[in-house]
Amino acid sequence: MSDSSTFDYRRVRADFPILATEVRGKPLTYLDSAATSQKPQAVIDAVQRYYQFENSNIHRGVHYLSEQATDAYEATRAKAAEFIGAADQDEVIFTRGTTEGINLIAHGFTESVLQAGDEILITHMEHHANIVPWQIAAQQTGAILKVAPVDDRGVLDMEAFEALLSEKTKLVSVVHVSNALGTINPVKNIIAMSHARGVPVLVDGAQSIPHMPVSVAELDCDFFVLSGHKICGPTGIGLLWGKREWLEKLPPYQSGGDMIEKVDFEGTIYKGIPGKFEAGTPHISGVIGLSAAIDYLNGIDRAAALQHELALLASATEQLSAIDGLRIIGTAPEKASVISFLIDEIHPHDIGTFLDAGGVAIRAGHHCTQPLLKRFGVPATARASFAFYNDFDDVERLVSALTKMKQFFC
Amino acid sequence: MSEDLHNLYQDIILDHNKRPRHYGALTDFTHTAEGYNPLCGDKITVFLIVEDALIEAVQFEAACCAICKSSASMMTEVLAGKTLDEAESACQRVAELLSMDMDLTADLSKDGEIAALAGVRKFAARIKCATLPWHTYRSAIDG
Repeated sequence: MSDSSTFDYRRVRADFPILATEVRGKPLTYLDSAATSQKPQAVIDAVQRYYQFENSNIHRGVHYLSEQATDAYEATRAKAAEFIGAADQDEVIFTRGTTEGINLIAHGFTESVLQAGDEILITHMEHHANIVPWQIAAQQTGAILKVAPVDDRGVLDMEAFEALLSEKTKLVSVVHVSNALGTINPVKNIIAMSHARGVPVLVDGAQSIPHMPVSVAELDCDFFVLSGHKICGPTGIGLLWGKREWLEKLPPYQSGGDMIEKVDFEGTIYKGIPGKFEAGTPHISGVIGLSAAIDYLNGIDRAAALQHELALLASATEQLSAIDGLRIIGTAPEKASVISFLIDEIHPHDIGTFLDAGGVAIRAGHHCTQPLLKRFGVPATARASFAFYNDFDDVERLVSALTKMKQFFC
Repeated sequence: MSEDLHNLYQDIILDHNKRPRHYGALTDFTHTAEGYNPLCGDKITVFLIVEDALIEAVQFEAACCAICKSSASMMTEVLAGKTLDEAESACQRVAELLSMDMDLTADLSKDGEIAALAGVRKFAARIKCATLPWHTYRSAIDG
């Protein structure tokens, strides 16, 4: 049984060179991992090594470096499949990130699934990346976007969700963990409920996989998308996993080199999956960096890391709640280590700037979830998010900076 | 407390944030505009009564941060009673004070309270908070 006490976060912190730096003359307290995670030295080194010693294009050269790069690229596909619990590596598509993954599916559904009057079901706590592509798909096809409500704690209303599922529903697209609130959605129930009506489910895993291991086989979702930069990898690389029958059915998203079997002016034959969805020279160094990031995460005790994060969350929640005038937005019983909060009379932007002056990095704003914040009647929140490499000193520095800020402003 | 932070939120700004001047909607306005910063959600509405190129009244409403609100509050004090030309000069002066490239030294005796806005320059992410009310004034005038 893993618990937070078995997790050696001190050793882990030493793997992240940026955590030993100072900003504005203060030791960095990085509480913005929900925006992007920091990178361990192993990832930084892998990207550097690739450009210094291994740089080459893939899938086309006959020379040594190209073979090496192709092998490393395809080996990462297999590694990534294993990392997310997928049996078939061809079902893993490299993308630019979660946003591109969702756009790829939305494009495919627009082209070959959705008809006027069909419905797409999302939730009120989606990131803009899981709203706007479906709005566009709906505009282009005459389909209708339906939104399942959340309650005052930020918990999805499952009864309302189930009631919104109908024979018209062609896809459910749902966030696994809310970036703004931290709510962990019961995606397994959602998937079972949707499948019972023959509806496929896309899970936005951008904020879940940084905190917890995920198995797409166990979830039995139809699509899963994630961003590499939120799991210690580089920016600009992400994964889309989809069930083979779906990926084979959907049309290419972009077209050009590397996604074809044969091109003639009379017509073109596309590659099968995954090549069909990877037109052009991909982000090879990103894939190399993602590979190192997966190795890194596989090398730590992730169950214990999660317990450590939850201990940080509990400590921060308790201490923040004790600050007069501070209100936490998002109080679901099942939460990842994310705290959105407001303080009476102090705007989140001022909170962000004040904390920044003390070396504490948080996010202030609408977190790309404007409809959700509107639901809570606020234009913005301050958000502190904790990763496994944070420690209790980080929590102390946050609390002490907020306490000082209260004296300053009020 | 860092010196930069003190400069940013010096007493003038904190005071205007707590007690914004000319706050609230005008019903008989001749010009109005809404300013919005999609990055952070700051939102402000500026109301003006302009007669013969003279600003007879200016008020604002806002849901925004301390920098934006105090900048708006100071703006109303600066603009009230000014001609449109004088107001435009004041807008330009604020833009200069907030320009990182120009890096001007603000002078409280010459610039009055808007000198306090110069402290915002050190925090690049916040410059737009300070300029939003002034841009909103301009769009109200330009219609």
